Amino acid sequence: MKRFNRKFGLIASMMVVLTLWAQLSLAQEKPAELKVGITTYVTGPASVFGVPAKAAFDIMIEEINAKGGIDGVKIAPFFIDEGVGTSGVLSEYRRANQEMGIRVMLAAISSGHCLALAPVAEDLKILNVMWDCSTERVLEDAKFNYVFRTQANATIEMVAAVIYLLRTKPDFKTVAVVNQDYAWGRDSWEIFINTLKALKPDVKVVAELFPKFGASDFSAEISRLQALRPDVILNTSWGGDLDTFVRQAAQRGLLKSSTFVMPLLESSMERIGDAVPDGVIAAGRGDHYFLHPETKNDPAHVAFVKKFREKTGAYPIYPSYHAVQSVIALKAAYEKAIKANGGKWPTIEQVAAAMKGLEFKGFGRPIKIREDGQGMEDQLYGITKKVPEYPFPVLDKMMFIPAELVTTPVGQKSPEYVKTISPEILKKEFKTYNYTK
Amino acid sequence: MTTEMFILATLDGLSAAALLFMVALGLTLIFGVMGILNVAHGSLYAIGGYVAATLGLAIDKFGLSPALYLPALFLAAILIGPLLGTLLEVGLLRRILGKEHVLQLLVTFAAFMILEDVQRLVWGTQPYFVSNVMNQFGNTDVLGITYTNYQMIVLPVVAAVAYYGLRYFLTKTWLGREVIAMTFHREVATAMGVNAKLVSLLTFVIGAGLGTLGGALASPSTALLPGVGADMIVQSFAVIAIAGLGQLGGAALAACLIGLSRSFAVYLMPELAVLTPYIIMVLVLLVRPEGLFAATSMRRI
Repeated sequence: MKRFNRKFGLIASMMVVLTLWAQLSLAQEKPAELKVGITTYVTGPASVFGVPAKAAFDIMIEEINAKGGIDGVKIAPFFIDEGVGTSGVLSEYRRANQEMGIRVMLAAISSGHCLALAPVAEDLKILNVMWDCSTERVLEDAKFNYVFRTQANATIEMVAAVIYLLRTKPDFKTVAVVNQDYAWGRDSWEIFINTLKALKPDVKVVAELFPKFGASDFSAEISRLQALRPDVILNTSWGGDLDTFVRQAAQRGLLKSSTFVMPLLESSMERIGDAVPDGVIAAGRGDHYFLHPETKNDPAHVAFVKKFREKTGAYPIYPSYHAVQSVIALKAAYEKAIKANGGKWPTIEQVAAAMKGLEFKGFGRPIKIREDGQGMEDQLYGITKKVPEYPFPVLDKMMFIPAELVTTPVGQKSPEYVKTISPEILKKEFKTYNYTK
Repeated sequence: MTTEMFILATLDGLSAAALLFMVALGLTLIFGVMGILNVAHGSLYAIGGYVAATLGLAIDKFGLSPALYLPALFLAAILIGPLLGTLLEVGLLRRILGKEHVLQLLVTFAAFMILEDVQRLVWGTQPYFVSNVMNQFGNTDVLGITYTNYQMIVLPVVAAVAYYGLRYFLTKTWLGREVIAMTFHREVATAMGVNAKLVSLLTFVIGAGLGTLGGALASPSTALLPGVGADMIVQSFAVIAIAGLGQLGGAALAACLIGLSRSFAVYLMPELAVLTPYIIMVLVLLVRPEGLFAATSMRRI
């Protein structure tokens, strides 16, 4: 028995030495550069988001590299165009991984692409940061170890919209919707109306209009809405669709006869601001705003806005801020992992582990990544107001809706969760700000 | 369905139909004479819109008279339509006449994609919107609903003028009759002394001009951004498939059918609004595969 114990002890200690040695030899060599794949739209209608986002990626990466990169390793971006469609993005994504050895990806803008890429990332052990897509389903329907989101999701954004609406205009009876006829248009309406019905059961839906994605004319929809005169109209469109709708609706007076809720108006404001009247409820998918009441005077934010305007001639919009957040989060996760790894360059698995619970700050409020990979990002809603300082309306009566209040708890699914939100939520204290110069 | 709703839906439907008709008219005219379905027509529409928007911005920038807003739209179409039309006809379409239809489709589709990239190079990816003209014409209230005069009156009037002008040209002028002769039979017409090359070019330029005019007239009410051309070309295809290829009057009716069905659907069954053009197209093609108005004879215009 004694002999056996000695023998066993010997074998065990040899195994320990062996595994240690194996781990040492497997420890990541610090690479010459960190290749990061980034999917964004440079073609197609969604390039209204993709191009300003790419400008922000360029600015941030250049800035980080100029300061020595991440622990001395420079970031080398590799851009993939989402405009080629899901199958094209998937094959480019795989190619970037298999032929170029890229294991860190920031993808994607399109929710459809996020849904398609997340399982692929998990399979190929790619650290995937969902930097702009909004669908809450990715992280609610499956559990991932390599997939994270550095921003809010559709549920957080739409529940916040309902709260802001009910806080600023509690007495209304009828509501209508004009959304684009695709996944986001349909899903956002479903979350919105289910939340609204939970908080205000007597509300009546008078019209549900889903014009074609990319429609060039909304005359018939506008006429019908004018005839119905709903108290509140939701429109979650973006890009050319939102621009066209707002111009046509403004010209025909519809924007003044109903209260509009436009959760993505911030991204079109500079282009169509002259058509937007006061009193439209607007936001930019999170607390992204160049006039963010808490960060607009932060030197880093001021410098970013200045650089962005010099580069593009426009103010940054929410996708630009999303891009910033993903890069900052990636850097922070690497630094956290390096620290945990005793100062050595981490493996992808170690970075993925560092992502959970990561706290970081873009140019808005600090964000925390929850254990399921979801970013807890507070929401900023406001109401449009014309001011002499800008040729387009700014947000006034800004209200922060904290993410913890409106995010589906881990393990639950949004469609069921939003139906259980209690009207008590409306009595909470929310931090509010008026516009100041 | 009340009378009120009927009137409102008709007004909306007609203004949508007017734009669609002008673009489809150019497409079907070109098919009638050259036998080519020109996918690049969608680019002409988009570029016409972009040029018109650029002119509109220039008028503001240089402080020119607002009276120029409307003429600028036509100027844009006249500037760019013949220029691009000539380039496309001489450089491309002339060389694929009489080739297989699949090849012709692919070649014009390639041209469409190249032009799409040209738009991105010149105008970038952010939406353009110059709605001065629409604001200038003001509004009219019909049954308590506010309509823009531009969409309710100007667009249908221009479309009607384009249609009757083209008909007059085709039936009453020498050159127009030569165009019609070409649609009957290219070779026989050539044997009779029609300069086929010239007539082809002329037809193409007119067709292209209608495409750019459609785009220019759409620009005050819609955002211009990458992809607008594709949307329009698909709808125009639906129009001429319903009408029968090469049918001018038919295209007018088919455009109205699509425009009106869509606006009525918004009132009656919003879920179907997106589908109506295609439902109509499928129904028509099931019953009359050659289109509603295609004559059984050789004549195509």
